[in-house]
Amino acid sequence: MVYIVALLAVVFLGLAAMVVSKMAAVVKTAGGPKEEGEIGLSNKINGALFVVFFVVGLIAAVWSFMYARQFFLPEASSPHGRRTDNLFWISMAMITAAFVLTNALLFIFAWMYQHREGYKAAYYPENHKLELIWTIVPAVIMAVMVFTGWRAWRDIMSEAPANAQVFEIVGKQFNWIARYPGVDNNKLGNFNYKLIDNNNETGIDYTDESSFDDFVSTSELHIPANKPVLLKIRARDVLHSVFIPHLRVKMDAVPGMPTRFWFIADKTTDEMRNLTGNPDFTYEIACTEVCGQGHFSMRIRLIVEDEASWEAWCKQQKPLLTSTPELATRIPANLKAKAAKYLPADATAAPSDSSTALIPRQGGVSVATTTLR
Amino acid sequence: MATVSANPVIVAHATEHDHHEPQSFWRKYIFSEDHKTIAKQYLISGILWSIIGISLSVMFRLQLGFPNLKLGFLRPVLGSWINETDKLDPDFYLALVTMHGTIMVFFVLTAGLSGTFSNFLIPLQVGARDMASGFLNMLSYWFFFIASVVMFSSMFIETGPAAGGWVIYPPLSALPQAHKGSELGMTLWLISMALFIVSQLLGGINYITTVINLRTRGMSFSKLPLTIWAFLLTAILGLISFPVLLSAALLLIFDRSFGTSFYLSEIYIKGEALPNVGGSPILFQHLFWFLGHPEVYIVILPALGMTSEIIATNARKPIFGYRAMIASMMGIAFLAFIVWAHHMFVTGMNPFLGSIFMFLTLIIAVPSAVKAFNYITTLWRGNIRFTPAMLFSIGLVSFFISGGITGLILGNSALDIQLHDTYFVVAHFHLVMGAASAFGLLAGVYHWFPKMFGRMMDEKLGYIHFWLTFIGIYLVFFPMHYVGIAGFPRRYYAFTSYDFTKNIFADMNAFISLAAIFTFVAQWVFIYNFVNSLIRGKRATQNPWKSNTLEWTTPIVPGHGNWVGEIPAVYRWPYDYSKPGAKDDFIPQNVPYSQTPESNLPHENELISLESEIEAQNLNDQFKQPH
Repeated sequence: MVYIVALLAVVFLGLAAMVVSKMAAVVKTAGGPKEEGEIGLSNKINGALFVVFFVVGLIAAVWSFMYARQFFLPEASSPHGRRTDNLFWISMAMITAAFVLTNALLFIFAWMYQHREGYKAAYYPENHKLELIWTIVPAVIMAVMVFTGWRAWRDIMSEAPANAQVFEIVGKQFNWIARYPGVDNNKLGNFNYKLIDNNNETGIDYTDESSFDDFVSTSELHIPANKPVLLKIRARDVLHSVFIPHLRVKMDAVPGMPTRFWFIADKTTDEMRNLTGNPDFTYEIACTEVCGQGHFSMRIRLIVEDEASWEAWCKQQKPLLTSTPELATRIPANLKAKAAKYLPADATAAPSDSSTALIPRQGGVSVATTTLR
Repeated sequence: MATVSANPVIVAHATEHDHHEPQSFWRKYIFSEDHKTIAKQYLISGILWSIIGISLSVMFRLQLGFPNLKLGFLRPVLGSWINETDKLDPDFYLALVTMHGTIMVFFVLTAGLSGTFSNFLIPLQVGARDMASGFLNMLSYWFFFIASVVMFSSMFIETGPAAGGWVIYPPLSALPQAHKGSELGMTLWLISMALFIVSQLLGGINYITTVINLRTRGMSFSKLPLTIWAFLLTAILGLISFPVLLSAALLLIFDRSFGTSFYLSEIYIKGEALPNVGGSPILFQHLFWFLGHPEVYIVILPALGMTSEIIATNARKPIFGYRAMIASMMGIAFLAFIVWAHHMFVTGMNPFLGSIFMFLTLIIAVPSAVKAFNYITTLWRGNIRFTPAMLFSIGLVSFFISGGITGLILGNSALDIQLHDTYFVVAHFHLVMGAASAFGLLAGVYHWFPKMFGRMMDEKLGYIHFWLTFIGIYLVFFPMHYVGIAGFPRRYYAFTSYDFTKNIFADMNAFISLAAIFTFVAQWVFIYNFVNSLIRGKRATQNPWKSNTLEWTTPIVPGHGNWVGEIPAVYRWPYDYSKPGAKDDFIPQNVPYSQTPESNLPHENELISLESEIEAQNLNDQFKQPH
């Protein structure tokens, strides 16, 4: 696809040359004498420089493109990404054609119609037919671009399939926290920002039993390949933006307004290592909405593996409740029994006080005291 | 109306006023109500701001291009923003990009460009003694000046200036605890912008009133130069959109200082859950971009208007499609208000809105394309004289095209998913609105310098300045597209944290930085030329470019009131260049058709009968003298 761009550039260089020769034939007639002669050599030099600039610039553009191409991202690892990539390069080819054509005309006309003694410019104030043509032609081209783009957009932004595997990713200054729906029930529990503290960085609400088996990670997000994945995106403090360059995924994380993006990753990390020939290849998630000092380093690794090994990996993970049994105090008495299997034996035995569980939900003050990090 | 001119009392009154008391220095040069002086004040302020704004970009380009460079030599300027290891402080990096954006967009390309040339050219080209309200005009500049002082001072406070990007999205900008740049620096930014908006509104009201009410006899809207159309539409855009930014800024001030929750909801920061709920950061973005998008047209339209004038004059040809140019500017101005959310495709707003805004956005490309084609056709079969102003105008058209076409990609919401907030965007808008508008500004200075200061700028230096800048800007922003396609996000202090950016394009980034420094250095050719020509430039003639518009009928250095004696009446459109049959290749607007029977077109002969009617009018110049 990228070759099209280079090819078109060459084609239009040829076309530009044709235009020059045609126009040169048209403007052979030179008129009578003219008064002032102040316009001299520098006018000729400037005119010629436009053509030189155009030719050298075009060569430089083609060369630099060929050079830069090797550093572009590898083929998208998601079906929607390949679709938008295709659209991108098709659009690129179209605008490159327009770019070369219009710049060629601009510079070549500048050179061709530079001042000549005795020549009088054409009095040519309008031509409705011409104007109509170049209103309609771009309009039609743009209508096509919009329509194809809109269909892609509509599909990408559609509701996630029912079987999509849900994950949550929470942005904070300055890292991402991935929350998994758990080892057992595959459902994300509720959350409430007032429940956030050092033990519970995403504010998991333990009055919801779906949250008992949820687990979190700040270093990597594991997702299954070839299965729709629904990322539920949140931010804790300021705006962030989830950017997975290799999957062509981007969506802002907004405090107070959960967002989402669903996609299918169809190349596992291992496959990508083979494809790119880079044994250390790893998918990465970046932040693309400025969020403060550490904006440039909010990296979290994304591991794409086949569904079986992903499931196996999930099973090995420890729910947050297990690794942080202190959170058990937040479980209402009537659900204690259901939570028991995630808690070490001694934690379940600890005296339960339902009032402690409720305070943070009502006021948020008790959690929010002065736990400065 | 006609009777007024015959009134002897008023004529006597006028002669009385003919001899002005010499104004004091302060009234003449500082608190001046003369539109030409105010224009020069804007121009000088704009040039100073652009030096600051571009210097800031050179500093962060040093960081991006040469991440290992020891920046200790900047310590005399930046002080402790260079840390112990001679590196740029990451907080200050963000402050640099923020201030660069703010300064260039608002202080240089809005105030410096539109402030200078709207003020200078509107009265001169519509044939008015001055702006509708000289006093408001003066206030407009001084509000801008105070805004400038506040913004400038914010760069010297301990916590640094605002640093959340020029778009200052909350909650980052709303929470002082979130970022150093959101402390006092942000407060000052907001105060400065509030003052700036007041200045813009005062200026805009004046521009609109002057164009509508103070046109000279015969200057119908269909005879207005395209510059004036552009300034008028720009002023209307500003008048409608800037108040929205003011409201956005006010609500942000409330959130910052008075505990409201317009933009804040469910935030846990620095170990504390904030009580704010129910606000929406997206609301701010809607309000911001409701100004922010028209703002890019506020910046580019005056440049396009002046380019129309300069290209027609120097191609010695009527601008092609005068009416189409007006229509496309009107189209752009209207559509500018209903495309703002294309900056927000991936903010999580309803995808349906994204679809709507994609359609609207790509429609705006049509009038833009029409304008580009019209410029090119104006050159066709012209007799082009390459003055520096003409070179910059051609350069502007090239940038407008090259930067504009990538807008077709970014305006496509599906493609924007990947490219949003990458260097592709940076390259796009720097070409289409940054470089193009800057070229409009420079073209305007080269073209109207003789009228402003009565002297010519050096042409040879102008040529050198143009070619260095033109090449330099392409060298900076063309390769930047590649960096964007490779997925490099903008506003990154360093690209070392990610594998996908770590080991690539270091040389490309270094190249871009070198090109940026090269371009910056080239601007000193202009500064030198500007200052030197002010003092030693060749004396200008009355109409050095043989142009048709009214400003060239004034004295070489127009005094207070612009014209000595009556303001000329206008009989024809401003683009009668190289008219067949005419003895010169230009016929100024104030030459009646009755004097040019050899070149009149059939329908123009019919207009001769209207001339006495035009002459009898005396709409605004009841004193027939400079007042």
